[in-house]
Amino acid sequence: MNASRRGFGNVRLPEIASAETGDAAAAAPGEEGETLLALLHVLISGIALGCIYALVALGFVLIYKATEAVNFAQGELMMLGAFAGFALTQLLGVPFYLAMMIAVLLVAGLGVLIERIAIRPILGEPQFSVVMLTIGLGYVARGGVTMTPFLGADTYALPTPYKGEMLRFAGLALSVDQAVVIGATMALCAALYALFRYTKIGIAMQAASQNQLAAYYMGIPVRGLNALVWGLSAGVAAIAGLLLAPLTFVHVNMGLIGLKAFPAAVIGGFGSLPGAVIGGLVIGVVESLAGFFLPEGAKDIAAYVVVLLMLMIKPTGLFGDTQRKKV
Amino acid sequence: MRFLFKTDYKQDIRLFQHEGQVLWYGLLIAVMLAAPWLFGNYWLSQLTFVMIYAIAGLGLMILSGFTGLPSIGHAAFLGVGAYVEALLVARGAPFPLAMLCAAAISGGVGFIVGLPALRVKGIYLAVATLAFGFIVEEVLARWESLTGGNEGLTVAAPRLFGVNFAAPTPFFYVSLFVCVLVTLATLNLLRSSTGRAFIAIRDSEISAQSMGIDLTRAKALSFVVSAAIVGLAGALYAHKLRFISPEQFGLTQSIDLMLLIVVGGLGSVHGAFFGAAFLITLPQFIAIAKDWLPPEMAQTAGLQALVYGLIIILFVMFEPAGLYGRWIKLRTFFELFPFYRRGMFRRQRAFQRSERLK
Repeated sequence: MNASRRGFGNVRLPEIASAETGDAAAAAPGEEGETLLALLHVLISGIALGCIYALVALGFVLIYKATEAVNFAQGELMMLGAFAGFALTQLLGVPFYLAMMIAVLLVAGLGVLIERIAIRPILGEPQFSVVMLTIGLGYVARGGVTMTPFLGADTYALPTPYKGEMLRFAGLALSVDQAVVIGATMALCAALYALFRYTKIGIAMQAASQNQLAAYYMGIPVRGLNALVWGLSAGVAAIAGLLLAPLTFVHVNMGLIGLKAFPAAVIGGFGSLPGAVIGGLVIGVVESLAGFFLPEGAKDIAAYVVVLLMLMIKPTGLFGDTQRKKV
Repeated sequence: MRFLFKTDYKQDIRLFQHEGQVLWYGLLIAVMLAAPWLFGNYWLSQLTFVMIYAIAGLGLMILSGFTGLPSIGHAAFLGVGAYVEALLVARGAPFPLAMLCAAAISGGVGFIVGLPALRVKGIYLAVATLAFGFIVEEVLARWESLTGGNEGLTVAAPRLFGVNFAAPTPFFYVSLFVCVLVTLATLNLLRSSTGRAFIAIRDSEISAQSMGIDLTRAKALSFVVSAAIVGLAGALYAHKLRFISPEQFGLTQSIDLMLLIVVGGLGSVHGAFFGAAFLITLPQFIAIAKDWLPPEMAQTAGLQALVYGLIIILFVMFEPAGLYGRWIKLRTFFELFPFYRRGMFRRQRAFQRSERLK
């Protein structure tokens, strides 16, 4: 009975963007500016990584706000998105940008399907049930991908049209991959903000999340909206996966990054969308800085130490609501 | 169906509700005592594992099943117990003493984890325990001077007064003894006012508080008791495996423990045993299933994950009371035959039970 019998024993995420940072730091001129520049590069790669955490955390929060369910399979949805992108571009030869869109839509559809088949029947059960259910879904996703022919447990690279290009200004080198991650996250956040602020469906979602029963009485199709939120959240996860894949690899266990997005969501206050983004950035930057300054190993647990501190100091997170439950 | 005519309030909290139970549990104990003569070494060893996991399951059951506090990092306590045991035994401590120390230190760690956890609930608590689990795993891997790091640690044989208990049969009896002791302790805890307070907290924190239950104290106590029991299981686990490394106490193990209590049946002592038996025998069923699957699919590591995932999903969706609930239904069916109705155990459904302010 050893823990690695299912092939997930060694839970280590791939190193992210450290090679690029190292190259850029070495190429930077000057003695004094070198550490500063290296630090800047660490910060930027931390922000890029933080954006990924932020997107996964956004997925958690969207679902939590809408259905009060916590989706432990969010990381696996991200992994499925990356695999869909890889399979479409590399195995089926679909053009890159079209493939990205199809991948996101596929995973979003899967999200709707999961809500319909698995989540809706156990609505109203204790939260623990949903947690177990989504953990089970995650296992199924990982096992399913491992068993799929042509994919399996191997590691793949997802080449992008802009692979290896660097943006340089004032001695600061920024890989286009990272720039795309940061830019896409910002665009997605703006789009989500617009959705919830200006569209009818977004406002209906907000209403349903604040008080389901009242929203139901007002004629809002709450069940349909829940399915839509799951689809939206799965789509966001797929985008995160497609953004992460060029920075690291496409692998069955890449979804474990979702476990670091949990601290991100909690730091922001589970249930706050801006909080999730900021929490993600905090975790990303703290992790990168810990990797830079602290001894080996600190990087892996930095996110968890931060979240424990946060829970001790302010249990509701940065932007969490501090309402008390009444009888 | 048996109807109990109660003439005394004390009857409600009796250890055995009626003579039938005395008979059946007595038989069970007798079979277990005779097990070394009934089963071969392999099955004896599996039975020992079932008991070790049942102890760990009881620990988690007290916390998650009876107090209603989720934990996704309970393997950390298993790890703490295992390492304390290994280190103390290596320094010449008699193993029962080392086991007590393992339970005590694990309980102490549980108290420390429980303290911040008392302020948070639901998903926050789940994330806090998850974070704690990762931190402990990392500490075990990095504190190389003490734990040997990722290379692991070989555990010395359990010895007492020069007698070696490492062989399958003596160790089986050691496990059996600890298992019976822990089960009795759990049952007694649950019939005491403390255990009833735990259950009240699970059902409704607000009503428990209004009934005068000190939430902080009860939750902290639940954490300590749970951690101590799991630590004890960890000590046995270390001796049984004879080799421990940090990765054995990672997230996978924590999820195994959760699977154990969910499949066994949340909120029942029997559930821990059913779940443990299920968890230990499942890999063997999967091995059998591999024989009639196409070889390309059977060879991959994914099959086991897929099966585990499907089992969790199916149990949560269709049998939330777990194997024990299934057993109760089956028993009722035969007791009432032919008057059993499908609706007898129907779940109560709320539209949505919210943890938020309405």
